[in-house]
Amino acid sequence: MSWDTALPVLVLLSSLVPGLVIFFLREEQSRVRTALNLAGAVVKIGLVGIMLWGVYHERHYETRLPLLPGLDLILRADALAMLLTTLSAGLWLVTTIFAVGYLEGSPHRSRFFGFFSLCVTATMGIALAHNLLTFFVFYELLTLTTYPLVIHRGTPQALRAGRTYLVYTLAGSAVLLLGIVWLHRVAGPFSFTQGGALSHLGPQSHGTLLVIFALLIAGVGVKAALVPLHGWLPVAMVAPAPVSALLHAVAVVKAGAFGVVRVVYEVFGIRFAADLGVTTPLALLAALTIVYGSLRAVVQDDLKRRLAYSTVSQVSYIALGVATPGSISSIGGIVHLVHQGIMKITLFFCAGNLAETLGIHRVSEMNGVGRRMPWTMVAFTVAALGMIGVPPMAGFISKWYLGVGAVEAGQGWIIAVLAASSALNAAYFLPILHTAWFKHPTGEWKEEHPRGRFEADWRLLLPSLVTAALVIATGLFASTVMSPLTWAKLIAAREYQP
Amino acid sequence: MNAWIVWPVVVPLAAATLSVLAGQRMARVIIGSATVAIVGALAGLTLQVWQNGPQRHVIGGWEPPLGIQLYADGLSVVMLWMSTVVGALIGVYALGYFAHDSGTTGTAATGEHGDNSELFWPLWLFLWAALHALFLSADIFNLYVTLELLGLAGVALVNLAGGQLALVAGMRYLLASLLGSLAYFLGVAFLYATCGVLDVRMLSTRVSAHPAVWLAIAVMTLGLLLKTALFPLHFWLPPAHANAPAPVSALLSALVVKASFYLLLRLWFQVFSVVLPPVAGQVLGILGVLAILWGSVLALRQQRLKLLVAYSTVAQIGYLFVLFPLAGGTAWGAAAWSGGTFHALAHACAKAAMFMAAGTMMAALGHDHLHELAGMGQRLPLSMFAFALAGVSLMGLPPSGGFVAKWLLLDAALASGQWWWGAVLIVGGLLAAGYVFLVLRQAFAPLPADVRYRPVPRVMELAALSLALLAFLLGLMAIPPLTLLQIGAPFVGGLGTEALP
Repeated sequence: MSWDTALPVLVLLSSLVPGLVIFFLREEQSRVRTALNLAGAVVKIGLVGIMLWGVYHERHYETRLPLLPGLDLILRADALAMLLTTLSAGLWLVTTIFAVGYLEGSPHRSRFFGFFSLCVTATMGIALAHNLLTFFVFYELLTLTTYPLVIHRGTPQALRAGRTYLVYTLAGSAVLLLGIVWLHRVAGPFSFTQGGALSHLGPQSHGTLLVIFALLIAGVGVKAALVPLHGWLPVAMVAPAPVSALLHAVAVVKAGAFGVVRVVYEVFGIRFAADLGVTTPLALLAALTIVYGSLRAVVQDDLKRRLAYSTVSQVSYIALGVATPGSISSIGGIVHLVHQGIMKITLFFCAGNLAETLGIHRVSEMNGVGRRMPWTMVAFTVAALGMIGVPPMAGFISKWYLGVGAVEAGQGWIIAVLAASSALNAAYFLPILHTAWFKHPTGEWKEEHPRGRFEADWRLLLPSLVTAALVIATGLFASTVMSPLTWAKLIAAREYQP
Repeated sequence: MNAWIVWPVVVPLAAATLSVLAGQRMARVIIGSATVAIVGALAGLTLQVWQNGPQRHVIGGWEPPLGIQLYADGLSVVMLWMSTVVGALIGVYALGYFAHDSGTTGTAATGEHGDNSELFWPLWLFLWAALHALFLSADIFNLYVTLELLGLAGVALVNLAGGQLALVAGMRYLLASLLGSLAYFLGVAFLYATCGVLDVRMLSTRVSAHPAVWLAIAVMTLGLLLKTALFPLHFWLPPAHANAPAPVSALLSALVVKASFYLLLRLWFQVFSVVLPPVAGQVLGILGVLAILWGSVLALRQQRLKLLVAYSTVAQIGYLFVLFPLAGGTAWGAAAWSGGTFHALAHACAKAAMFMAAGTMMAALGHDHLHELAGMGQRLPLSMFAFALAGVSLMGLPPSGGFVAKWLLLDAALASGQWWWGAVLIVGGLLAAGYVFLVLRQAFAPLPADVRYRPVPRVMELAALSLALLAFLLGLMAIPPLTLLQIGAPFVGGLGTEALP
């Protein structure tokens, strides 16, 4: 096995092995556990870095394992895969630091960190999957490994949330499996191909392909929280904050959105999909989700629920960009995969920090919290402004490309949707900022967690500052060589090659 | 010299005799050496079949129709491996189970069958021999003999548990089993009267659309369906499987019901295939669908863990019969055939692991009431994990063996244009998720403070976990068994990957 074939597997193993070892650690071995977690995360970043460098220089990293007759499990580092692997590897490290601080002293940490690592492994597999079968294998592993995280606290409320989560995700995967098997019957075995793998099929199978497209999008749409399949996401908020952060930024929701990108671009191909007439319905669905999620977010008082509905809305920017024909929209959609991740994880880190340090769970409890925890609120403010789309934050770049793309595609209604959504984003984020910075504290703060030298435990504070800095950096340096935007442009250019 | 074929039968038979003579103290040695010998012989046989195709062996040099003949093709070999690996791990589990049991006799409700445990080893080895003989027999009369022996060994094992529930369940099982074999035997008599031969291969060239043949098909199928516990003939299975000692439940649910299914496969596809109209397969398929739905719904309503697992068996048996309406056409027959048989394999590993894990929890708690299992994930994490991994295979999620089976069957359903069978497979998977997570969610519930646990031997947990891991990872090593299944199969080639014309 050469280095080029081993690398994708090593990327998976770097979180799988620590995860499996951690299961067998006793509860009090927290130093070993933390060391293993961090070592795994750092090794993974190193390996992903090597892979990134290689892919940029047009090296091919690919591993195959025969799984079914004529169908292989394929892991391959292509440009799109690198976007998600880099994001996940980076955010895994900061989330681990956050989780160690957040869960300090709570029970069942070995179980938690074990499943946490397995969950990251599954996400890596989803990113590197190079055909639908492989994608499905890891997509399901993700469902199974996130369930214990969602119900981690074991309360009746958590168990109920877990059931809702399973009902949605397993039903979605059943539909997805049906679509995948059917597509293999119609088209034979194929890998993800830039520009699509199905355009050779004649018009007699177009009716079938329409149904299959609907099945596949419904399958990935559950995790991507497309309305009306989004019901599990706000309920799953009962999970611990690091889980919510991971679920919303890199793992579950992102896996669904990533699936939409793969299906539209590399299974059907954007041109073929547009010819079939499926892109407009998908764009409409995404637009509906964007507006609906924002509307629901405005009326939530619970901070995490507000963020959850915000996720419903924001993730659909990806689907919207992908479903709008034209390379500029594609860039906007693809780059939002990364931008939404770093912005949303920052918000969840801050929400978790507020809850853990001061016991704040509701927006109405945040009066003047900016004075008590200024750095946390600075990070929150940066990410919130980014979500609204204020330049030079990351979110501005996404919305700019989406808007210009809509004009290019002659779809003026998308501009209206984007404008409405931005106004709603402002309507649910600005009041939070106003409450935190300009209102007076109502009373003494309940100090629930030892704060150490800073305004909060450094492990709860530092991750949000790092990701907030990234929100600014990806916006400011968007046109440099290794920025997410440059990668997105590369991917879009290849998709639209003549 | 191709005598490898006789050893999988002879070795457990000899070991059974030895274990009666030697008593329980020697159990470890006998099982260990028997397992090694069987695995060795099986490896030799597998190599022969792999290289030279199906193997025939005439015992004592007497050719059929007079003599006894053994026959092994890919299907037999796969079934033999299933029975050997699953059987051996159940044996390992039983070592711990009965040691734990006899150590606490009289102190708990489960202790009462400790007295009979020395009977377990000879009966289990005997059952193993009968099972292997069944997988290797090539004429319908010998198949009857092995079927009857298997049933008797099974009934005796169920009654090991003692107690009124087990006794009633055992009686019902005995009646069902005897009735099933009797019906099968009646069919054998009809066929012999009409065709004059018993050998499977000869029979397949002589059956014709004769009323006696029809009658034979009907009674043999009915008898075997009763033994396989296909809905609505499943009434005897849940009490028998749920009230037996855990290693016995595992043996019965994982292996014994597969024997009569195997026989049905042989008869329908290799003897009667010329005379059976397609509608017959549809009828079996519909019964399979009803079994999936009925078994799953009842599993969801159970209050006891072992009953839940037993009803899950009723449902999973249904999947096996979806193969009958699908294995018709040439383009997708191979996918359906392989998918159905692979499901038998995956279910054997998963269900044995599940019963073993359930048995461990029951041994630790003294009962198996579902709502009192809270916090089990903290007490017996390995058993809970084994249960979960086995559950993944039952749900048909990747990368488990159950997933590969579901993929192949789904593929065949879509290819043959009978998509509704595929829809049932998918609904069945969701229902399975329902009852599996009914148990798993208890693992995460907080541990009640006042519950007493008795420590259980680690070997029980590890045996269950090994089988569960095997079920979970079976999908990653599906190619060798699938290739093996093609040897001597009624459908060859085109395992569902080529495009439609």
